[in-house]
Amino acid sequence: MTQLLTSTNKVSYRALTPELELMGQVNVTTETEFDNAKFTCRDVRVHYGSLEALHGIDMNIQDNGVTALIGPSGCGKSSFLRVFNRMNDTITGARVSGEVLMDGQDIYSNDIDPVLLRARVGMVFQKPNPFPKSIYDNVAYGPRIHGLAETRVELDGIVETSLRKGGLWEEVKDRLDDPGTGLSGGQQQRLVIARAIAVDPEVILMDEPASALDPIATAKLEVLIDELKENYCIVIVTHSMAQAARISQKTAFFHMGDLVEYGETAKIFSNPEDKRTQDYITGRTG
Amino acid sequence: MANQPSQSIHQSDRALKRLKKRKAKEIRFKFFGIVAIILAMTALAWLLVSVIGTGYKAFYQHSITMTVVLEETTLDPTNARDPDALRQANYRRIIQEALYTRFPDVSDRKGKRDLFRVVSASGATNHVRQMVYKNPDLVGQTLTIVVPTSDDVDQLLKGNILRDVPEQRRKVSDQQIGWVDELVANGEIKARFNVIFFTGTDSRDPELAGIASALAGSAMALLVAFALAFPIGVGAAVYLDEFAPKNKFTDFIEININNLAAVPSIVFGLLGLAVFLNFMGLPRSAPLVGGMVLALMTFPTIIIATRSALRAVSPSIRDGALSVGASHIQAVFHHKLPLAAPGILTGSIIGMAQALGETAPLLMIGMVAFVTEIPTSVTDPAAALPVQIFLWSDSPERAWAERTSAAILVLLTVLITMNGIAIFLRSRLEKRW
Ligand SMILES: Nc1ncnc2c1ncn2[C@@H]1O[C@H](COP(=O)(O)OP(=O)(O)OP(=O)(O)O)[C@@H](O)[C@H]1O
Ligand SMILES: [Mg+2]
Repeated sequence: MTQLLTSTNKVSYRALTPELELMGQVNVTTETEFDNAKFTCRDVRVHYGSLEALHGIDMNIQDNGVTALIGPSGCGKSSFLRVFNRMNDTITGARVSGEVLMDGQDIYSNDIDPVLLRARVGMVFQKPNPFPKSIYDNVAYGPRIHGLAETRVELDGIVETSLRKGGLWEEVKDRLDDPGTGLSGGQQQRLVIARAIAVDPEVILMDEPASALDPIATAKLEVLIDELKENYCIVIVTHSMAQAARISQKTAFFHMGDLVEYGETAKIFSNPEDKRTQDYITGRTG
Repeated sequence: MANQPSQSIHQSDRALKRLKKRKAKEIRFKFFGIVAIILAMTALAWLLVSVIGTGYKAFYQHSITMTVVLEETTLDPTNARDPDALRQANYRRIIQEALYTRFPDVSDRKGKRDLFRVVSASGATNHVRQMVYKNPDLVGQTLTIVVPTSDDVDQLLKGNILRDVPEQRRKVSDQQIGWVDELVANGEIKARFNVIFFTGTDSRDPELAGIASALAGSAMALLVAFALAFPIGVGAAVYLDEFAPKNKFTDFIEININNLAAVPSIVFGLLGLAVFLNFMGLPRSAPLVGGMVLALMTFPTIIIATRSALRAVSPSIRDGALSVGASHIQAVFHHKLPLAAPGILTGSIIGMAQALGETAPLLMIGMVAFVTEIPTSVTDPAAALPVQIFLWSDSPERAWAERTSAAILVLLTVLITMNGIAIFLRSRLEKRW
């Protein structure tokens, strides 16, 4: 545990864990109140056909920060992440119920267009998925379809800014016409982030963005996420405890479709209240 | 394990027996595979050898160089130069006179008749008629023309009519052989590339028959078929795959599209006859109707090809587009369709190639007519290449058999070219992601 926390410079709570283990049965509260909640979820359920993948999640997501979603495979992290940009709508048989407020507005109400919502809530996937087009066109695609640039010069500007924010500009500025699919995995993932940034979103969702990357590419990505959190609300799903501990401020632990524990990252990793959380983060389950 | 510490279970006698059996099985399987391939290759080689063996001879043809005198007294006795009269004039006489002058010794009626049979009668007369009709000033002049020999002479020189069979059982008499040999020796009869085969239309005389009308008819019918089937097929496939609600009704439609692909083509011909000709009153024998019938036939092929090409596009591309706020339609038209395009084109070209070789439905809608003109619009009567082959294959004479094979070769060449383009597109345009 101590290694996990080194980069966050938090005090080690290792010493406290034995006592807390005894308190594992205690019913924990998952409600966290913020002054700056970007999303507020009430009783969110996701169904795939007759299968209920998420059993009523109540949770707030803070603005300008990184929220990590962790939990064993199949617990519903991805399903939950897709709630925020209504990507579940594109899956046949998937159904979302409950209330999800973004800045106080219900994103599942009829007057919200899911397509426009996705321009405000960007997403980065597990496997880098740049379009089989040039690097430039990859980044320019979003601004083009949303008409964000009047002129070519303006579009060039958006592309450059986005690539800079995506931490990729220096590496690709001389070969913007090369295919995006020709980049390395880590570069592709940063290209996809730049593509998301180009439409000026408020939120960036990331589903295991580093799982296909080597440690060096992962480290670069983590630095990037750390910078981005100043301006964006970031929600990230990860299977790496170390990564969650390094980059997130809030961590939510899911287990079999339930939100088991949610709170300050430092607290979750050092002083988890639920036995399942503790077993998971210490590697005894999952 | 305890009994045989040194021998693993995979080295026991039973295991070795199993291994032997498995290897024997594999060898047998490979043997059958090779036999099957050899059979298939032999059949193909046989087909090609026999078609090329007879067909190549149709690509050259013997023609005769003649000096004809366009006698004014024969062609235009009134000296009016009336085009209609000039068209009706007796050109046969002109050709006959030219031959009699060339061989002055021939005096008896039978001899004269046989002599005239050395050249293509209608080929030569039509040739001169065309020239005079275009330029009436030629009347009175002397011309040198090159016209096809009769098909019998052509076959004799190609070695298909044997000289050593008795004269009564031969189509060419000894006397004719004598004239032909003299003309060949003099360089007046020569083998030349058979241009007529590519520029001519169907004819009662094999030496004048060509595939131009059939090729034009097939090309027009294919264009009509493509123009109809491609947009409708791709549109239907995109709609079914991407936008149609998934329910019993769309399932039913899907099953029926797959069934449609298995419907024998003659049924489409009957449908075309009933609907396009009898009900809608469209012209018979026209490439327009042929194309419509072929479109019906190709339509399911294109739908199926498009759907599988769309499904082969990684869903991550669609997700990527949706995640930056593209609508579903934008994701499909900006990303999925361009990526599926090579597959769609390949499937469509192969469907078109199938349509090109289709005969039965065209027979039903009357594209079997004897057409002696190259169609200029899709409503003109026209033949189609496979139908032309079917028609010619009916005539047993060597000259027709030759042209049948040659037409098959042309059809095969077009088909192979189309498939080649399909393969080229697939390997070139395909992008990786
Ligand atoms: N498209 C789908 N159709 C049907 N069931 C699905 C679908 N996607 C997810 N599920 C089911 O929903 C549950 C939660 O899946 P989800 O993908 O959200 O888990 P996850 O926590 O992201 O897992 P992982 O860590 O393996 O990515 C699982 O039981 C899964 O089988
Ligand atoms: Mg997942």
